[in-house]
Amino acid sequence: MHVNLFIPCFVDQLYPQTAFNMIKVLKKAGCTVHYNTEQTCCGQPAYNAGYWDECRSVAEKFVRDFGGNEYIVAPSGSCTGFVRNYYGKVLENDGHKNEMHHQQLPVYEFTEFLTAVLNVEDIGATFKASAVYHDACGALRECGIKDAPRKLLQHVKGLQLIEAPDCEVCCGFGGTFAVKFEPISIAMGEQKVLNAIEMGAEYIISTDLSCLLHLDGYIRKHKLALKTIHIADVLSATCQ
Amino acid sequence: MHEQEKIFQEESRIKATDLEHRRKINYSLTQSDIAFQKGKNVFSDLESARKRAKNIKWETIEHLNKYLLEFEKKFTERGGKVIWAENPQQALDAVLQICKQKQAKSVVKSKSMVTEEIHLNPFLSRHGIEVVETDLGEYIQQLSGEAPYHMVAPSMHKSREEVARLFHDKLNAPPGLAPEELTLFTRQILRQKYVDADIGITGVNFLLADIGAVAVTENEGNARLCTSFPKTHIAITGIEKILPSVNDLALFWPLLATHGSGQQVTVYNTIFSGARKENETDGPEDMYVILLDNGRTNILADVTARESLFCIRCGACLNVCPVFKNIGGHTYNATYGGPIGSVITPYLSGLKSYKHLSYASSLCGACTQVCPVHINLHELLLYNRNKSVKAHCGSRSEKIGWLLWKKACLNRAMMNITNGRIKNFMIKLLFRKSWGDNRSLPDFAPKTFNELWEATGQ
Repeated sequence: MHVNLFIPCFVDQLYPQTAFNMIKVLKKAGCTVHYNTEQTCCGQPAYNAGYWDECRSVAEKFVRDFGGNEYIVAPSGSCTGFVRNYYGKVLENDGHKNEMHHQQLPVYEFTEFLTAVLNVEDIGATFKASAVYHDACGALRECGIKDAPRKLLQHVKGLQLIEAPDCEVCCGFGGTFAVKFEPISIAMGEQKVLNAIEMGAEYIISTDLSCLLHLDGYIRKHKLALKTIHIADVLSATCQ
Repeated sequence: MHEQEKIFQEESRIKATDLEHRRKINYSLTQSDIAFQKGKNVFSDLESARKRAKNIKWETIEHLNKYLLEFEKKFTERGGKVIWAENPQQALDAVLQICKQKQAKSVVKSKSMVTEEIHLNPFLSRHGIEVVETDLGEYIQQLSGEAPYHMVAPSMHKSREEVARLFHDKLNAPPGLAPEELTLFTRQILRQKYVDADIGITGVNFLLADIGAVAVTENEGNARLCTSFPKTHIAITGIEKILPSVNDLALFWPLLATHGSGQQVTVYNTIFSGARKENETDGPEDMYVILLDNGRTNILADVTARESLFCIRCGACLNVCPVFKNIGGHTYNATYGGPIGSVITPYLSGLKSYKHLSYASSLCGACTQVCPVHINLHELLLYNRNKSVKAHCGSRSEKIGWLLWKKACLNRAMMNITNGRIKNFMIKLLFRKSWGDNRSLPDFAPKTFNELWEATGQ
């Protein structure tokens, strides 16, 4: 299977290692990968801030960079959900609408791609730890991803996966929300973190690094005994 | 920053860090969730029910003029009186005029958010008319001099101990009464009020066009008492509360009950079709329905925002909203809190003053997921943000910021300039303050994925 990598802007800038780990897993699952070095961002940050014209220019570039029939795979449910569910609206007044075929972009979140397209559930990973899984809002509600990451994690040797009652509650990041309404964002993140610790977790695992960067920021600042880790990093681990 | 936003920022900081508040609200909303999860099983196919409800509301709101006129015609044919109010003042004047005409000294009220919207209680008090809230939660709020905290559960933020203390302080009730005792105590006071009152005022859950009647949903029987003893009944409602037919209640009553309180159906559901007729033994001598616009036609005029008029005020979006959970109902400083409030308040009370509410959301989408009439709440928040940008409500620096962002995103080379260290320095400079003291900033990698990919020659 040939895969076109979509590495979201903040993953590109902050977490390149996770992107490489995703590639490792995809290759292990039998994929060949392609990466268009011109790619930047899907445009979601501007859209969420209300700057739809600015978003449109960037979305048009995305469609140019990713046009074609290859599967596009990203380590983010949020960015995947945005391209999948909002591009129709973002580009609806665009003269190039018809030639761009934006609605047909076959974009998949990483765990969704592994389970739904490749039919892989056991990638042969080993990760000795206890962890809660956090359903990132973009993955859960925009993409409808609930079972895929759990199925993959259940096959990870040594991993004790704890189902947290608040797994579907937002972490409080929300992009500009995190800085515009910092106290609310912190209160939401704090509860997520404290609940995970109370559940006996050593790690919070998620499909989305945007949630994790916010939670990790809280954890590091308060020097708590908890870590965050992206699911690609878990699935690429062979021993710990 | 607008005055309203300042208030919101200050209040939200206080509430979000108040651990006792967090404990009480989390407890209360967890109970709501348990009830809802159980209650919704009454639907064999909830998703279809929600879609059907949305379609009915869509049809109704698209032809709002037709259905409102049909309601008016049917209701007045039986002797009821319909009053159209464009704004709160017209509604208040109409109520006052009726009070004067009936020489009313006292009014009993059942729960109504629209009367909160027009600030009816202080208005009537200023005119020397006693108003008594008869829903227990609203009665508690009236005693404390507070607005309702939640549109369905007005005093959910008060513990039983706090309520007992309030009753002791304000009503000289014996100290430390249990909830059941408090209810009995209140009942004794209110029973006399019903008998003495000249006018009963209720809200409206659904206006029924085909039979020209008003449906009221409640759990305490207080709305029935408000409309049984007093000689005059005034029902006040927003114009969007209309349904085409009484038959639609078969869908909307259980939807409202499950999403509002987890009940299969609420305890008392009453259809008021007018005043007492000659051969009837009870009921008021006069019945009025006040149809209030107050900005709803602003929403109607906006094709995208229009679906927010489908709302049946069940409060489910508040119950699942993590922002509401952390800041509570009063912080919004608006009649309607939570996601639906953040969507509609800018249209009812001004975009400039209330645009910040549309930004005060992490866009998690839990509200959209639960809404019984399928309002795309989080997308409407996004839509409001865009409206606010188009209306030039954003700051200059923000505008420049997004222009620079666009430039960087249109040119890959710009995203690879400098290195992680300099980027870390820049991001600290820009965000240290707004990121706050409770989180560490993330660290940029020394090199981007893009650079590493190129370097490894993959």
